[in-house]
Amino acid sequence: MPGSLFRLFGVAGLLLLGAPQALAAEQNDPWPGLVQDIFNSRPMNDGNDVIAIEMPARAEDAAIVPVTLRTKLPSGDSRQVLSITLVIDQNPAPMAAKFQLGPDAKVSEISTRVRVNNYTDVHVVAELSDGKLYMAKTYVKASGGCSAPAAKNADEAKGRLGQMRYRQFAKSGEGPTSGTREAQIMVGHPNNSGLQMDQVTQLYVPAFFVNELRLWQDDSPVLTMEGGISISEDPNIRFTYVSNGAKNFRAEAKDTEGHVFQREWKIDDSGM
Amino acid sequence: MVRAALIPIALAMLATATASRAQQQELPVNSVADGVFVHNGKTAQMTRENDGAIANVGFIVGEDAVAVIDTGGSLREGRQLLAAIRARTDKPIRYVINTHGHPDHVFGNGAFVQDGTTFVGHANLPRTLATRGQFYLDAFRRTMGDDLIDEIRIVPPMLLVSGTLKLDLGRRPLVLRAWPAAHSDCDLTVLDEKTGTLFAGDLVFLTHTPVLDGSIRGWLGALDELGALPAQRVVPGHGAVSGWPAALAEERRYLQTLASDVRGLVKSGKPIATAGTAAGSERSRWELFDDFNTRNATAAFSEIEWE
Repeated sequence: MPGSLFRLFGVAGLLLLGAPQALAAEQNDPWPGLVQDIFNSRPMNDGNDVIAIEMPARAEDAAIVPVTLRTKLPSGDSRQVLSITLVIDQNPAPMAAKFQLGPDAKVSEISTRVRVNNYTDVHVVAELSDGKLYMAKTYVKASGGCSAPAAKNADEAKGRLGQMRYRQFAKSGEGPTSGTREAQIMVGHPNNSGLQMDQVTQLYVPAFFVNELRLWQDDSPVLTMEGGISISEDPNIRFTYVSNGAKNFRAEAKDTEGHVFQREWKIDDSGM
Repeated sequence: MVRAALIPIALAMLATATASRAQQQELPVNSVADGVFVHNGKTAQMTRENDGAIANVGFIVGEDAVAVIDTGGSLREGRQLLAAIRARTDKPIRYVINTHGHPDHVFGNGAFVQDGTTFVGHANLPRTLATRGQFYLDAFRRTMGDDLIDEIRIVPPMLLVSGTLKLDLGRRPLVLRAWPAAHSDCDLTVLDEKTGTLFAGDLVFLTHTPVLDGSIRGWLGALDELGALPAQRVVPGHGAVSGWPAALAEERRYLQTLASDVRGLVKSGKPIATAGTAAGSERSRWELFDDFNTRNATAAFSEIEWE
């Protein structure tokens, strides 16, 4: 009897171990728990007039899924967006990023790239100056084929550690006088998930990722990102903001091993 | 009494096991050269219906021993490959060589685990399997189902290759070569010198849209050296066994077009979400194009934007 009991639990244990994330995912919705953990159970208001989230219907490359967050407040609205939080419900670390928007930079659009491990809801939550949270969401199907939310070229990723690039883009339909600018910051970093086990030591490789990225125009903050392992390798943020006439753009990234990477660039004044 | 009653049951079970082994379905294989056998995988995604048998897998028989090159997309396919080998030779399987870490090439490994068989792979393959193995099992459960997935074991290589390594099957040298990141970051090729047959793994695609999971610049950079390998024919990872190096032309054109189109997008400031428009001129030339091209272009974009 003890033997068969043992076998029963053994089998049950195996079933649990082998439990398909995919199927488990469909059976329970993690969102209520995430609202509790990430947002301290604060009430969620309908954010469809406040914030938009755009992602492809399918994660083509599980390691690099583009996401665009766009504020939708009409120009007359007295409220401001203070922060935007991106949550990928079914990822091992659902809280992908929290963006704090600089008070004077009028950031209206943020694009980045994330890992998507599974079929999942993706929530975006904007906190406004009225003290309320506004939520919108989309749904993304996991990638097919042999795509994985992992490094493609792990050695190269290490080699790029700490490199930073800044780029300005032409903003179509906006003249230089509007002050609206679109720019991009790239940070070379493996952004390791830490979810793999070292074959030799049988210990989990510690996660190693950019946990904070701050951007300024001169000394005025434009955007801060607190990030996690759901952000793709080589964190990349493309954003639209309003220039304060600053001459320089500055970025500072910190990672979980305490590295600090800083760079400053001259802003192209042509308004391109 | 109890024991006496059990014997017939045990005998019956033994008979069933023997019968099922005898009836183990063989994976269809063709002899593409003297002592070289290949199963031509179906150009498709891995599903319950096709047992994950979508990649080309094969084996080479030397005077003393056999080498298996890739084991297929399920343990079931691996067992059927084993049955196909056993129908042709009793020589021991000395090596199981994985050309890289994708599930359609390694999920059958478990069928070949036994004393005297050494698993061989690129020096980066253990890392790839450690990082992705469990994810692949979870992800493919959706399309392949519990029956196929439950029995799969991830078996990493013990003999690792960096640079080149020569193995011998008994007057049958095989030259293994580990490549820098290209299709993936653990690509390994196997050249059977006796017949000039190159098992290229997924460094070579025909018909099936090439899949980029390593480095587009690395892959394009490897093509010349790959094409210079002294082979008569290639067993690609996907697609028909073909003449060498002519078989590289289609893939080279696709990768060049992809890289060039993506460079154009990056240069003109287009966001990565538009990457899928790259290589549109290639659509009619490949199967599974819509399954893989946007993915390839997205990966290529994230690499090329650092140029």
